[in-house]
Amino acid sequence: MGNVAWIFISAMVVNNFTLAYFLGLCPFMGVSGRVDTALKMGAANIFVLTVASVCAWFLNTFILPYAPFLRLISFIVVIASTVQITEMAIKKLSPALFRALGIYLPLITTNCAILFMAISQTNRGYNFVEGLFFAFGAGAGLTLALVLMASIREDLVFAKVPAIAKGNAIVFIIAGILSLAFMGFAGLLSA
Amino acid sequence: MPKQTTPSQDLTRGIWRENPVLIQMLGLCPALAVTNTVVNSLAMGLATFFVLFCSSLLVAAFKKVIPHEVRITTYILIIATFVTIADMLLEAIVPEVHKALGAFIALIVVNCMILGRQEAFSSKNTVPRALLDATGTGIGFIIALFLMGGVREVLGYGSFLGFPILGANYEPWIVFILPPGGFLTIGFILLALNWWERRKAERSKSDVPGAVAVERAA
Repeated sequence: MGNVAWIFISAMVVNNFTLAYFLGLCPFMGVSGRVDTALKMGAANIFVLTVASVCAWFLNTFILPYAPFLRLISFIVVIASTVQITEMAIKKLSPALFRALGIYLPLITTNCAILFMAISQTNRGYNFVEGLFFAFGAGAGLTLALVLMASIREDLVFAKVPAIAKGNAIVFIIAGILSLAFMGFAGLLSA
Repeated sequence: MPKQTTPSQDLTRGIWRENPVLIQMLGLCPALAVTNTVVNSLAMGLATFFVLFCSSLLVAAFKKVIPHEVRITTYILIIATFVTIADMLLEAIVPEVHKALGAFIALIVVNCMILGRQEAFSSKNTVPRALLDATGTGIGFIIALFLMGGVREVLGYGSFLGFPILGANYEPWIVFILPPGGFLTIGFILLALNWWERRKAERSKSDVPGAVAVERAA
């Protein structure tokens, strides 16, 4: 079980998808204005990542050995369908959340984090359980980054930001400092 | 999207005024992840250009055949096909760069810039205009990546395209080739752009209104 725990921690903080690999930057910039929206966006991402991980494992085990060149295409189709299902479920269960997430919900399809997770799960040869923990850790990491950013931005409203840094510039610089802080976790892995 | 544009506007719009990365904030993931050296930036830029150009061609050519309901899926499939081709080409021509870029080549599929151009432009315009637009946007993307890669390689390694330019006494800022450097570089590039825009706006404000009008007419 130790191995699985490491995969989880590694994907969540040491190699945080957003702050170390620059994945999922669109929602990171777009829906990190409020903490509660950020949390829900994170939850939607965790769900899609987990389902995509199961599907990718299934494809890798049963179908792709016979047609390796179809890997990218089949992964993207699976992800697009998963997102579509998630979208329909959220629309039915919580119309308010559906409106809050807006365009960023269908855009989970083109969130590089999902595809990257599916591909690196394959490249690293994770089995079913390891893949699940990897996906869950990646989702938790995305959520953590989103929520941290949203909390900072909620306070940023009251801060005096120089006029030329307003907008995206200051958000990127904050992300850089966050990323610098997350590099501190790098020591965890070699231990 | 503006209703009426001339062909030259189609071409030049994406290069600077609506630059995909620096102005529209699209395609950020590759723009930050693989720009630690100039060579990697250029390889990524060219691969993305190839995919964007070919996908725009196909989408514009088949826009009448593609059913509206499944258009996004169709675009993604077209893009994924060309990314697979680009992946194989890079592996055959420049294996070292292919290794350095790793999974990020596959991630061209989910570059929102490419899908965005198909949905916003190629699916509504003729083939030549879609190609002009793709060329402009692709060049804009390469410029942005080149800018990022240049700043990061010079500061992080003290070299440009592998040639040392800052001398042996320069102590490289390692942080610029690590992930935080990516965020900081684009943050400061945007800062510089904002400063430039504001200065331009203030200058045109302080000028005599008539002079501006004459200048614009000329």
